[in-house]
Amino acid sequence: MQMPTPNQNVLSRKAQIVERLQGVLRDGAVIHSESEVRAYECDALTAYKCPPLCAVLPTSTEEVAAVLKVCHEMGVPVVPRGSGTSLAGGALPTADCVILGVARLNSVLETNYDDRYIRVQSGRTNLSVTGAVEAMDFFYAPDPSSQLACAIAGNVAMNSGGAHCLKYGVTTNNLMGVKMVLMDGTITEIGGAHLDAAGLDLLGLICGSEGQLGVVTEATLRILRKPEGARPVLMAFNDNEVAGACVADIIKAGVLPVAIEFMDRLCIETTENYAKAGYPDCEALLIVEVEGAPEEIDEQLALIKDIALKHDPVELREAQDEEEAARIWLGRKSAFGAIGQISDYMCLDGTIPVSSLPMVLRRIGELSDEFGLKVGNVFHAGDGNMHPLICYDANKPGDLELCEAMGAEILKLCVDAGGCLTGEHGVGIEKRDLMTHQYAQQDLDIQMAVKDVFDPEWLLNPAKVFPLDSSASRRIAAE
Amino acid sequence: MTVTTEQELAEAVKGATGPLHICGGGTRDIGNPVVGDVLSTAGLNGISLYEPGALTIVAQAGTPVADIEAALEAENQRLAFEPMDHRTLLGTTGKPTIGGIVATNASGPRRISVGACRDHLLGVRFVDGAGTTIKNGGRVMKNVTGYDLVKLMAGSYGTLGVLSEVSLKVLPRAETQATLCIFGLDETTAADAMSAALGSPYEVSGAAWDVDRTMHLRLEGFENSVNYRVGKLADLIKSYGEVQIVDDPTASERIWVAIRNVDALAGKDVVVRMSIQPSALSEMHFATRNMFVPYENGPTFDIMTDWGGGLVWIGADANQLVDCAKVVDGEPSAELGGQVLVEYLQSQCAFSGGHATLIKGPGALRNAVPVFQPENPTVNMLSKGLRNKFDPRGIMNAGLMG
Ligand SMILES: Cc1cc2nc3c(=O)[nH]c(=O)nc-3n(C[C@@H](O)[C@H](O)[C@H](O)COP(=O)(O)OP(=O)(O)OC[C@H]3O[C@@H](n4cnc5c(N)ncnc54)[C@H](O)[C@@H]3O)c2cc1C
Ligand SMILES: Cc1cc2nc3c(=O)[nH]c(=O)nc-3n(C[C@H](O)[C@H](O)[C@H](O)COP(=O)(O)OP(=O)(O)OC[C@H]3O[C@@H](n4cnc5c(N)ncnc54)[C@H](O)[C@@H]3O)c2cc1C
Repeated sequence: MQMPTPNQNVLSRKAQIVERLQGVLRDGAVIHSESEVRAYECDALTAYKCPPLCAVLPTSTEEVAAVLKVCHEMGVPVVPRGSGTSLAGGALPTADCVILGVARLNSVLETNYDDRYIRVQSGRTNLSVTGAVEAMDFFYAPDPSSQLACAIAGNVAMNSGGAHCLKYGVTTNNLMGVKMVLMDGTITEIGGAHLDAAGLDLLGLICGSEGQLGVVTEATLRILRKPEGARPVLMAFNDNEVAGACVADIIKAGVLPVAIEFMDRLCIETTENYAKAGYPDCEALLIVEVEGAPEEIDEQLALIKDIALKHDPVELREAQDEEEAARIWLGRKSAFGAIGQISDYMCLDGTIPVSSLPMVLRRIGELSDEFGLKVGNVFHAGDGNMHPLICYDANKPGDLELCEAMGAEILKLCVDAGGCLTGEHGVGIEKRDLMTHQYAQQDLDIQMAVKDVFDPEWLLNPAKVFPLDSSASRRIAAE
Repeated sequence: MTVTTEQELAEAVKGATGPLHICGGGTRDIGNPVVGDVLSTAGLNGISLYEPGALTIVAQAGTPVADIEAALEAENQRLAFEPMDHRTLLGTTGKPTIGGIVATNASGPRRISVGACRDHLLGVRFVDGAGTTIKNGGRVMKNVTGYDLVKLMAGSYGTLGVLSEVSLKVLPRAETQATLCIFGLDETTAADAMSAALGSPYEVSGAAWDVDRTMHLRLEGFENSVNYRVGKLADLIKSYGEVQIVDDPTASERIWVAIRNVDALAGKDVVVRMSIQPSALSEMHFATRNMFVPYENGPTFDIMTDWGGGLVWIGADANQLVDCAKVVDGEPSAELGGQVLVEYLQSQCAFSGGHATLIKGPGALRNAVPVFQPENPTVNMLSKGLRNKFDPRGIMNAGLMG
């Protein structure tokens, strides 16, 4: 993966930059020693690493504004960072950048159950947002698997999803407002505790903009009352494509489960060895979860099981109690970790129309044979968001490149099937150079023109999202 | 000017020598009045793709909404955000188009449970002010590839470009529905009751308080489930008043069509729509009603709320408007009164958070006031910057959004 050459003019002024930043922050909030900045050298896309010039940890919106003002004046690129769990290299530093971490901005500012929202600082972790309202039986719906660690800041920047977004939507559908600082230090609020924008929907634009338009310091999030109950059913099939067809039939039938998750044999076997969830021996399994009161759940599950029976399942297992429900979910939730135990892997995130599931799964199998790399499939099937996990050996020369080449083929396949490169992880650096497969030059130009409005000097997270050659003239003009 | 293909549309925009007034079905003449050559999208007609199993439909922007709804109904599906039909309220004719719905982010009562039009919009194709054809998003449920211009185009009222094609997420129709009503509630009690209902686990898909002070709550789903939740919800809200249950689905649906279309305010000359924090409702209502306290027999407005108190519609007729005008110096006229009313509501929203839009009013009034809530300076600067990039010549519905 190519990254732009660091700006010498910035590197050579490190001492002055650090000093200016120290001048606007508290003691200890500027991290600049070579050994300490290593903590920020990568996010969860660990194949790529680069220590930043320095990192700052402000504790208020005003401090964020002060940092940005300094960097703006001195022409220093800034990479915002939440918890560093991005799988796309969104928070990957460049040697000439300041990492602006919002981890210390983690308070709850306001909860309002009558109007059903919570206002938090953006460094707060996803799970602890639900934690703050749980006692009142409320929850925050988007639930990325990384929810214990990832921050609302990263969720907003990546428009993250989760297992339950089939029913509740992704971050953008649950975000009501933000407080944000522009690169020049201007603080602004967009949206709030009311619904929909007065004028242009800038909030919709900011969500998913990968830290390139502004630094989000606060977010107003919609919270919902917990359902009376939820229950998963596990369905095992002897064929991937049959499982895929079953998904399409469930969706068509008019029941809307909260989640439909898919795992294939490699994932099933690997997680079985690792987490011992007691999954059946089969080619593919689906976990379908529905919500409501017990009688309502019975009614929906009866319908879903009827549909599944038409596809000759090897096994249908409905959770009889909480413990069995937890066991059904256990394997799915530990799938990434389990694969990580046996191999290095790259996690893809393409999305396809649900109707193309069988075809795409077959083609991925063929590509796996052609490239000689194993692929596990575990994903949110209800909305067609695939997560092929390509296994490779980081110590074997050339294997990473082979894996990336295969990943690119799979993502192109997703686009060609009517889908897209990324459903929830974002473009970052990982899919940057594939953007031209999904978008024509004019489609990218207008997106870059949007960045021109928010950040005319292209200082915020500049080397991400757009192919480097497309953004080159803008980035170089900034230097 | 009528175009029948995206390419003709692009050429028409590229070749334009002056401002353009973009028109879908022409069911609206609203916003700050726009001058310019009419550019109609009505010729961009047809459903390009409908996959019920993937819950997606793709249609050209000029396709009548009625055609889309008919196609969906045949598969027992629907546009879940239930777009409003403005023809009754505004006394207009014409066929609403799907592009017009998207351009205005029109969303009905189900906004509170399933989201707005923008939340169901998966992808767009449009021609920007320079005549360049652009696509963003696609036709899949989850897509974070690049910036989300899809949301930006929803509700941009044609000021960033002319939509040529939209792709939307659709949902299954509910098997049945029922409505719970409590008559004669004041705004404070109604707001409390709606909050209690929406904060319950019973999946309320509509919560409105009508001009006649009736509160309505809608439940939808499979029959047994609806019956179960009707019982639970009735129990939960009975402390607010006597609960009437409309369990005939047709009768229930009629109630919500009338609420969606704001039929109750059809006779009014000026109609303003406000989006506010629901708990600000009673304060807003109180302040508005008492705006003319020093004046004997001051006007009472007709107020209707949807979205659990978060969407407020205020209507006034000529007499009420003349009364409004009395709070300022000058000859009290309906025209002046309209201006006083709109500016007053916008200042209330600026104060408590939220926004007020003038939806219906004579052209003179729409020229005299900002139709859309004035934005804070930074948001305004960013919006202007975006309009400059998308429409460098400033020819697309120029001035419509202020
Ligand atoms: C100021 C205003 C406020 C509104 N408020 C609400 C509301 O609160 N709730 C609600 O449900 N609905 C609202 N609407 C929506 C609404 O008017 C109609 O439901 C919808 O516009 C009908 O479609 P049409 O084809 O008749 O559109 P038209 O009446 O022809 O056009 C409506 C608007 O959309 C633009 N437009 C139309 N087609 C396109 C296109 N293809 N590309 C780009 N722009 C296009 C037009 O220039 C115009 O500004 C509002 C509309 C306006 C203008
Ligand atoms: C095991 C695992 C499972 C995962 N599962 C899911 C999943 O189910 N669904 C899903 O969607 N994702 C998932 N992810 C991906 C990742 O967790 C999400 O993208 C998450 O939102 C990143 O949050 P973060 O706080 O760690 O952000 P970071 O990694 O720190 O940053 C992500 C991006 O956000 C930007 N950013 C950070 N803070 C700000 C700010 N304050 N203002 C503006 N921009 C900012 C960064 O510049 C970067 O571009 C998973 C990751 C892992 C490691």
